Amino acid sequence: MKKYSKLLSLLLAGALVVGSFAGCGGSDSSSDSSASKADSSSESGAADGEVFKIGGIGPTTGAAAIYGQAVKNAMELAVKEINEAGGINGYQIEMNYQDDEHDAEKSVNAYNTLKDWGMQALLGTVTSTPCIAVSTEAANDNMFLLTPSGSAVDCVAPENAFRVCFSDPNQGMASAQYIGENGLAEKVAVIYDSSDVYSSGIYEKFAEEAGNQPFEVVSAEAFTADNNKDFSTQLQKAKDAGADLVFLPIYYTEAALILGQADKMGYDTKFFGCDGLDGILTVENFDTALAEGVMLLTPFAADAEDEATQNFVSTYKENYGDIPNQFAADAYDGMYAIKAAFEDQDITPDMEASDICEAAKAGMTEITIQGLTGGEDGISWSADGEPNKSPKAVVIADGAYTAM
Amino acid sequence: MKKTMSKTTKSNFITYGMVIVIYAIVQILTATGSLSSLFKGLLVPLCIYVILAVSLNLTVGILGELSLGHAGFMCIGAFVGSFFSKCMDGTMPDGLRFFLALVLGAAVAAVFGILIGIPVLRLRGDYLAIVTLAFGEIIKNIVNVLFVGRDAAGFHFSLKDTMSLNLAEGGEVIVKGPQGISGTPKDATFTIGVILILFTLIVVLNLINSRDGRAIMAIRDNRIAAESVGINITRYKLMAFSISAGLAGMAGVLYAHNLATLTALPKNFGYNMSITILVFVVLGGIGNIRGSIIAAVILTLLPELLRGLNDYRMLIYAIVLIVMMIVNWSPKAQAIMSRYTPKNLLNKKKSAKEVN
Repeated sequence: MKKYSKLLSLLLAGALVVGSFAGCGGSDSSSDSSASKADSSSESGAADGEVFKIGGIGPTTGAAAIYGQAVKNAMELAVKEINEAGGINGYQIEMNYQDDEHDAEKSVNAYNTLKDWGMQALLGTVTSTPCIAVSTEAANDNMFLLTPSGSAVDCVAPENAFRVCFSDPNQGMASAQYIGENGLAEKVAVIYDSSDVYSSGIYEKFAEEAGNQPFEVVSAEAFTADNNKDFSTQLQKAKDAGADLVFLPIYYTEAALILGQADKMGYDTKFFGCDGLDGILTVENFDTALAEGVMLLTPFAADAEDEATQNFVSTYKENYGDIPNQFAADAYDGMYAIKAAFEDQDITPDMEASDICEAAKAGMTEITIQGLTGGEDGISWSADGEPNKSPKAVVIADGAYTAM
Repeated sequence: MKKTMSKTTKSNFITYGMVIVIYAIVQILTATGSLSSLFKGLLVPLCIYVILAVSLNLTVGILGELSLGHAGFMCIGAFVGSFFSKCMDGTMPDGLRFFLALVLGAAVAAVFGILIGIPVLRLRGDYLAIVTLAFGEIIKNIVNVLFVGRDAAGFHFSLKDTMSLNLAEGGEVIVKGPQGISGTPKDATFTIGVILILFTLIVVLNLINSRDGRAIMAIRDNRIAAESVGINITRYKLMAFSISAGLAGMAGVLYAHNLATLTALPKNFGYNMSITILVFVVLGGIGNIRGSIIAAVILTLLPELLRGLNDYRMLIYAIVLIVMMIVNWSPKAQAIMSRYTPKNLLNKKKSAKEVN
């Protein structure tokens, strides 16, 4: 009898495995035969080869969910608009957005899921670390990849990868140049998050470029994600060093705390940040008077006066209930960049993903789109995947972003 | 005596057989092309989690000590292996380089296991859990501020930033603090993963059924009695713990060579990961190696198979986890299950027949 039960357990385990395999195989073949199975499709019922299948990857659960959700919403918005306006080259777009929990391994799983779904181009991934893993995978498959917000240098290292946002070093360089050229300060202190890719990436290039600029970095203090509530030590050091400007290459949640604590200490100085500071005015229980005079270098400001931005912000607010951040704007521009590149090369959905990639790669270097984040000259791309756009410096005055 | 021996051997061979049969099925499915990309991408992670679960079971189930820092050992293995591969890429054949990376990663992780074990395993009580929990977090934080570069003059270390490495012209930064190591060659394949699973099983199962293994289990069951018959408690505890750590390090090397990027985030090397591995062990049955394998496979597949549920995915995953724990471990549920095992049903039929 004992023998029997063992045999049975083995059999059950085997059956389980076979079952899961069969399940996967089944879904694979069914997604091949019909395109209408996707859950988050905006346009279903179309036969295969008549819609563009564009995938998106980003964290919609976990700590970084706010970024992934913004990208997802903006992508849906852009897809809806493009479809209503007649699609790309007359073909509708179908989108599928997968969660990666801000984890490289899960991100590759999400990528493979999208591949099974029949993805032809990827708008993603949202965060840098997963993006490096996915862009390597995508390079092996020769899949076109445009990341809205993966800012680490390695994200676009493969030939098939492009990005909408500035790279981290690019922002650090631009910030240092801006401060230097406009004579904003003589002594600069930096407070950055050494456990964050974005923040340390900007800081390093900033410190390097500072050597060529007419100001001096008098203190550079780091904090980590485990220790990001009390900044009095860092601020005190900046104050003691006599810094007349504090550079904050960090996200707005920590920046809001820093501004509050600096005010309590009676440390009156100038603050300068990057696009991570965008959103600081919407932090809950944050006294916006504290942010008065804060300067930031950002490609997108939600209360900009131009029509495109205002339309985008109002539609976004209508559909999702809050004000879009720069991630949303980057994703929105990314979708239109894909549209422009596809139209430039007359790409049709019946092409193989690999052929689409080759064509789109050529298309990306040809196009210039205005977009929400393009500034006055628009965005164009070089073959290495980096966008060329002019950074916009804005200053917070009377509780709103105003161009400098 | 002979009978019990053959029984454990048979049980072990069933475990090996299970792995080999699954491997064969996957190979056939791959050859016929009926495997989805998602599943192909999941094969190596599955191997990694199986190795982690089996190795943790050695500490938790066989040694009877709670370890909450298994991901820390994995992190050490991953970074050591990846660093080695990045430095040695191109100087030797890929296979040999990967093999040496595996050995090195496992060895360094095992050394750390010994270092932590020496003070902690002498104590009674749950100190190992506390210390390993802290250890895992410390490792993660150290890796996040570590910068290592290489130029013609050799290696440069820094705990501040890449500028303070003072690299000469043409130097390359290998470990970039929070950005970790990127561009590790992708050497991990399913075949290597399965070979490593089999290696792990051979090590663990043979240890359990050896003289040393019986000494380890004696310590678990009754420390005083074990001490009284002259078993060197610290030595055997250290042995089990460092082997467990070494195997976790090996899994880490496999992890590092599966993805192009390696960063120490709370998500992949934090205590959450350690708890996840512990969940595999507890769900599969503490001390039950085969159960660990099955639990690791199911719980890794589940979130991916639930992708169709979109945002509710992680919610459902949590509920399934709770239900499985209750069904597996509550005495009531076990009583109900045992009443309806196929064996009992068969018996009932038989006895019913006899009555008739």
